[in-house]
Amino acid sequence: MTKTIIPFGPQHPVLPEPIHLKLTLEDEVITEAIPAFGFVHRGLEKLVEIRDFHQMIYVVERICGICSMLHAMCYCQGIEEMMGIEVPPRARFLRVIWSELHRMHSHLLWLGLFADSFGFESLFMQFWKIREKILDIDEATTGNRIIVSVNVIGGVRKDLGTEQTSMILSALKDVEKELQWLETTIMSDYTVQKRTVGKGILTGKQAYELGLVGPTLRASGVAQDARMLGYAAFGDINFTPVVETDGDCYARCKVRFREVFQSIDLIRQAIGKLPNGEIAVKVKGRPNGEVVTRVEQPRGEVFYYIKANGTKNLERLRVRTPTFANVPALLTMLPGAWLSDVPVIVLSIDPCISCTER
Amino acid sequence: MFNMTPAILRNFLGDRATRRYPHVIRPSFENARGAIHNDIHICTFCGVCAAKCPSQCIAVEKKAATWSYNPSACVCCGVCAESCASGSLQQERNYRKPFREKEMIVLKGTSSSAVNDTVSISAPAQP
Amino acid sequence: MQGEVMCISPDNLLGETARMKVERYRFVTLSCVEISETQVEILYHFDREFQLKHLRLTISKDSSVPSISPVYFAAFLVENEIQDLFGIRFHGLVIDYDRTLYLEEDVKTMPFCKYVAVQKTPESNEEKAP
Repeated sequence: MTKTIIPFGPQHPVLPEPIHLKLTLEDEVITEAIPAFGFVHRGLEKLVEIRDFHQMIYVVERICGICSMLHAMCYCQGIEEMMGIEVPPRARFLRVIWSELHRMHSHLLWLGLFADSFGFESLFMQFWKIREKILDIDEATTGNRIIVSVNVIGGVRKDLGTEQTSMILSALKDVEKELQWLETTIMSDYTVQKRTVGKGILTGKQAYELGLVGPTLRASGVAQDARMLGYAAFGDINFTPVVETDGDCYARCKVRFREVFQSIDLIRQAIGKLPNGEIAVKVKGRPNGEVVTRVEQPRGEVFYYIKANGTKNLERLRVRTPTFANVPALLTMLPGAWLSDVPVIVLSIDPCISCTER
Repeated sequence: MFNMTPAILRNFLGDRATRRYPHVIRPSFENARGAIHNDIHICTFCGVCAAKCPSQCIAVEKKAATWSYNPSACVCCGVCAESCASGSLQQERNYRKPFREKEMIVLKGTSSSAVNDTVSISAPAQP
Repeated sequence: MQGEVMCISPDNLLGETARMKVERYRFVTLSCVEISETQVEILYHFDREFQLKHLRLTISKDSSVPSISPVYFAAFLVENEIQDLFGIRFHGLVIDYDRTLYLEEDVKTMPFCKYVAVQKTPESNEEKAP
C-alpha cells in the first residue's frame, strides 16, 4: 500500500485555532501524525522583563482568551504564596464563582465546536446561544465578557452585591433548564453516538503515563483534578471530580457536559456560603524566591513556575498550559483512526493553540 | 431519533435569539469597561496611569503638560482609571465606536488645574 | 517551592527519570531558567497524587543534554520548546523539530536568552572610540 501524506490545517473548518498536522495515511487509515506549531507564538513569557509583576496579571490573562480568569488567578496565587499574602475569605469565594463561570462558558463553547466537528450545526448554535447568557453575567458583574480582569494580587477587584448574586442564580436556573433540554440530544442521539463512541480510545494507564490533564484524563477513569488541592475556596465547598471510564470521544464529551452542571452547583454553593468582609488586601514589598502553583482550567491543570529576585520584574515565568500536556495524546490516538474521524478526535482534547504556544 | 425536534420547535415559536445590531443596540451594563476619558482640566499629570498601564498605551509629559493615549493599544482593563488620584481619568460605560483609521489622542492642558488649554486630536475620526 | 527538590547532573538524569517512572510519577513539565551568561538551569517537574517532585539540573549553555522523551514521551514537546527558545540542544529526542517548533528555519538566535553574549572584540571597541 502506498503512503499518502495529507496536511491537516493550519486553516481547516473545524479548527478554531491554527495547528498543522502532517497525517501519513495508508488507504483511509492514519499511520502517523506529526503536529507542527509556531503559527501563534507570541513569546509572552519574555514580557516579564519589561512589565512589572502587577502588570503581568493582564499579560497572563491574554495567554488564552477562554481561560483568562484562571490564568490570572493561578499567577496571583503564585505571587501571593511567594509574598506570604493571606487572601480575604470573600475574595476566595468570589474567585471560585468567576472561575466556575469561566469553566461553564468554555465548556459550552467546546460543546458547540464539538457538535460542529461532526457536522451538527444546529446543536452548535444551541450551545452558543446558552453560552451567551454566561457571558452576559460576566459582563454585568466584571465589566467584560471574556477577559474579566478581576484578579489582583491580594484579592479581587470587583465585588458582588446581593442584587447581582440573585441575578446570577436566576440566570443559572435558565441555563440549567436549557441545558437539560439538550441533554438527550448530546447524550443519546444516534448521530452523536455514531460519530463519537469508540473513537480515539485512551486507556487510563496510557492517559496517566502520557501526563494528560483535565477532562481528557478524567474521561479515562483517572480522578485527577487540581481543584482537589483546595485552592481559592474549593477546600470549603463540596467537590468531587467528574470521572468517566470509557476513554473515548463520547466519554470526554460526557465529562465536559456533566462538568457544566457541576459548575452550576459549585457556584450555588459558593454564593450560599459567600462570607462578608474585605475583597482585597494591600500589597507591600516585592516578591522574592521561586514558586510553583497549579489551577484547574476548563481544559485541565495549568502549571506556573515563577522565579523572582526581589525587583519589580520577575526573573522567569513559565507557564505549562493544559493543551501543551494534551498534545501527546493526539499522537497516540490518531494512528489507527480513520481520516474522517480526525476532526472529532482533534477537537476531543479541546485544543487551545494560543495557550500551547503562548 | 427526533431529539432535536423540541428544541427546534421552541426556537421556531420563541423570540429571536439575536439582535438586529445597528438598529437595536443593547445598553451597556452598569459597570461595563468601555472607553477611557480624561478630563484634562483637572489632570495633574502625575504619570501614575502611564506607569501602571499594562499595555503602555498612555504617555504623560509633565513639563509639556500633555497626556497622550493610544486607543488602539488600550486593553480597557481600567487600571489607569482606578489608580487616578485626581479623578480626572474616567472609564465610560460605552465602548469606543469602531474606527477606520488608527488615531492617537493627545490632550494638552496646564499643570495647574485652573486653566484649560487646547484639545487636539492628531487624526480625525472617520464617521 | 512546593515539593521536594533534588539536584542532579547530566550523568544521572536518565537514571533518576527512569526511577520516577517506576515510582509512578506523572510528568508535568520542564522549566528552563537562564541563571548567568554561560549557565542555565533546567527544572524537571513530576507529580504523583498532587505531591510534586523537582529535579534541578544546572548545565552550561553549549552542552548537550540527554533527552528524557524515550522515558516520558510527553517530554518531547517541551524539550523542543527549550531548544527553540534557549538554544540548549537535547540528544536522543523522539521527535526532533531541530529548532523549528516555533521558529523559522533560518533563525539562529536564542529569543529567550537575556544575557546575549555580545562578543566584543578589541577592534570593534576601537572603532567606536572616536
